[in-house]
Amino acid sequence: MSDLQAFRQETRDWLEDNCPPSMRFPVTNSDDACWGGRNWTFKSDEQKQWLERMAAKGWTAPTWPTEYGGGGLDKAQAKVLKEELAHINARSPLDSFGIWMIGPALLEFGSEELKQQHLPPIVRGEIRWCQGYSEPGAGSDLAGLQSKGEDMGDHFIANGQKVWTSYGDKADWMFCLLRTDPDAKKQMGISLVLFDMATPGVTPKPIKLISGSSPFCETFLDNVRVEKNQVVGEVNKGWTIAKYLLTHEREMIGGFGLTNAGSDTLGQTAVKALGLEHGRMNSPLLRADVLKWEIDAAAFAATAERVTDEVKSGQGVGATSAMLKYYGTELNKRRFEVLMKIKGSDAMIWDGANSNGGAVPRTWLRTKGNSIEGGTSEVQLNIIAKNILGLG
Amino acid sequence: MAMVINEEQQMLKESAQGFLAEFAPVSELRKLRDQGSETGFSDNLWRQMVDMGWAAILVPEAYGGLEFGHVGMGQIVEQTGRTLTASPLFSTAIVGVSLINLAGSEEQKTELLGAIAGGELTTALAVDEKIHHAPTQISMTAVQQGDHYLLNGEKRFVVDGYSANKLIVAARTSGSAGDQTGISLFMLDPSAAGVEIERTDMVDTRNAAIIRLTDVTVSSADLLGAEGDGFKALSAALDIGNAYLAAEMLGIAQESFDRTLQYLKERKQFGVLIGSFQSLQHRAAHWWSEVELCKSIVLKALKALDKGDAKSPVLVSIAKAKLCEVVELATNEAIQMHGGIGMTDEYEIGFFIKRARPAAMLFGDYNYHGDRFAQLCGY
Repeated sequence: MSDLQAFRQETRDWLEDNCPPSMRFPVTNSDDACWGGRNWTFKSDEQKQWLERMAAKGWTAPTWPTEYGGGGLDKAQAKVLKEELAHINARSPLDSFGIWMIGPALLEFGSEELKQQHLPPIVRGEIRWCQGYSEPGAGSDLAGLQSKGEDMGDHFIANGQKVWTSYGDKADWMFCLLRTDPDAKKQMGISLVLFDMATPGVTPKPIKLISGSSPFCETFLDNVRVEKNQVVGEVNKGWTIAKYLLTHEREMIGGFGLTNAGSDTLGQTAVKALGLEHGRMNSPLLRADVLKWEIDAAAFAATAERVTDEVKSGQGVGATSAMLKYYGTELNKRRFEVLMKIKGSDAMIWDGANSNGGAVPRTWLRTKGNSIEGGTSEVQLNIIAKNILGLG
Repeated sequence: MAMVINEEQQMLKESAQGFLAEFAPVSELRKLRDQGSETGFSDNLWRQMVDMGWAAILVPEAYGGLEFGHVGMGQIVEQTGRTLTASPLFSTAIVGVSLINLAGSEEQKTELLGAIAGGELTTALAVDEKIHHAPTQISMTAVQQGDHYLLNGEKRFVVDGYSANKLIVAARTSGSAGDQTGISLFMLDPSAAGVEIERTDMVDTRNAAIIRLTDVTVSSADLLGAEGDGFKALSAALDIGNAYLAAEMLGIAQESFDRTLQYLKERKQFGVLIGSFQSLQHRAAHWWSEVELCKSIVLKALKALDKGDAKSPVLVSIAKAKLCEVVELATNEAIQMHGGIGMTDEYEIGFFIKRARPAAMLFGDYNYHGDRFAQLCGY
């Protein structure tokens, strides 16, 4: 038996013993996910067990080094773990911007001190992070941000307003872009800093969306003290790291185009709602929409697979995160447009037990933001045109 | 099974690229057209392809072939899409070899596959009878009379039907149009009495034919596979053919994109390069993204065929449908972004749209494969 096969067997056995029964179903409602943090209330004992057991092995962040609490797995092992988790339909033990975003940036750019301080609590799900990037006047033109960090010697004093802070009202710490050199050119005077949301002067206020939910906040910064040792990388060199993080964010959001294993396909959902006539869906025009979407989704999934394998085999990266973000989010929007048509008048019901709390129309409305957040579709097309196609 | 090609496949791709660029660029297609070539391809070029072993790539080693697989052959065919190279490669070395290999007897395989690999035999598949692909709707009749069959009926859009040494004809020995059972495959000599071959002048200048059979006698020994049991092999060979049509369209979509991108970087209007206009940049970026999806799904389908994956029919229909859609976008955008010069016969970009449509139509277009995909998915 190869080492990898042995690892697979050990992993399978461990998961069999340690993954609680109620954690072996895909998350269907975003409220079911575990986000952790100081103020987290576990939905069940099993949710808590699942997080603690996985965190103890470092498997909430499987590829991070063990010295920072991670699993220390190589890529092949991490793939095996992922496959074994999927095999039993296990849900993620922890959803975390710490793991997805600031953690990788700290590993790449952070000082040893910052890694020691921040990475282990992220792995354990003890500290929940949020991102302070966009501002009312700096959306697509992110480098135009105006929130200031005034140099006070051993610390900065931050003032300004951030917007679209995901779960800002629930997070414990923020990674935040500040203009620390007002005289430098646009991209040159920006620093990436970290601070505790409990610091005096930090005020997050939820924003209600057209979907009825409030996953985002606007966050006001009034004379917030930020320690100099909480700057990631060098002062005024934050833009490079910010771009690195945006790439991660794009990849994460681009994944929305991929459907979850285990749940019904769009075709199956449509057949349940509309029925068949002579073996074909009972609405030729809707059937054409559904099959077109499923064909595109299959080609997109094959592309995500190919991009991953190309990176692994060292072959040139053909498709970039900008393409995956653009296509994945547009695909997800189309999926919900088709789903709304499938569900007919049921999809017009905003609330009530019969409609699962209006989940379909609310999620449909939420997807409209997919092609805006993390860089709009138009910005992604600009990136492709300029960086890949060389069009000036 | 990683979604990348291996070193050997990469080498084959590069050697095909070099060979086709030198001996069969688009200008050769123009020459064949302007000279009014009867077959639409160059015998000399086909001989060179045979010498390089291309006719033997899909032939099993047991019958003297290279058995190099679909992903490998797919690399060559993708390149022929870039150069719009016409040859018997598709009809003979892909569809012919696959069908004979799937349905033929030991004797037939030994004789026919060997002859194809050696370049002595070319074939053409005669399946469709109406203007849209519908392999179950065959109504050409084959009536057994002693040790032979009598064939009657008409076939259309028989690609290479004018040039092939042997026709592979799908006819009905029982049942009626719409039935999968009762379809039989025959090897037919095009010079047999009662065979009328009408060469049709095609948009892509390749040779295709309408073939009318009137009381044509075919020996029982020329039955390919068991009587009435031909549909399974036919369907599998059509899947293989469609995967390669998708690969060829991938080449067309990429080449028309590359040429258009180059044009956007050369052509000036209003004193600036037209590639500086955001309206064109966004369309180019979208087009490029679609081609990236096409690369993945074509590779996925070819890999499934190599593995004998049960999902092959679904993946082939996805690939064909997707490529039909994207090659239409690609060739239309290519002409629009080239502007007036794109409408001239002198400029080569117009040749791509003229090959793209017949390649999409052959063995089922977007509508056919979209419908088939949905049916295979249970809706």
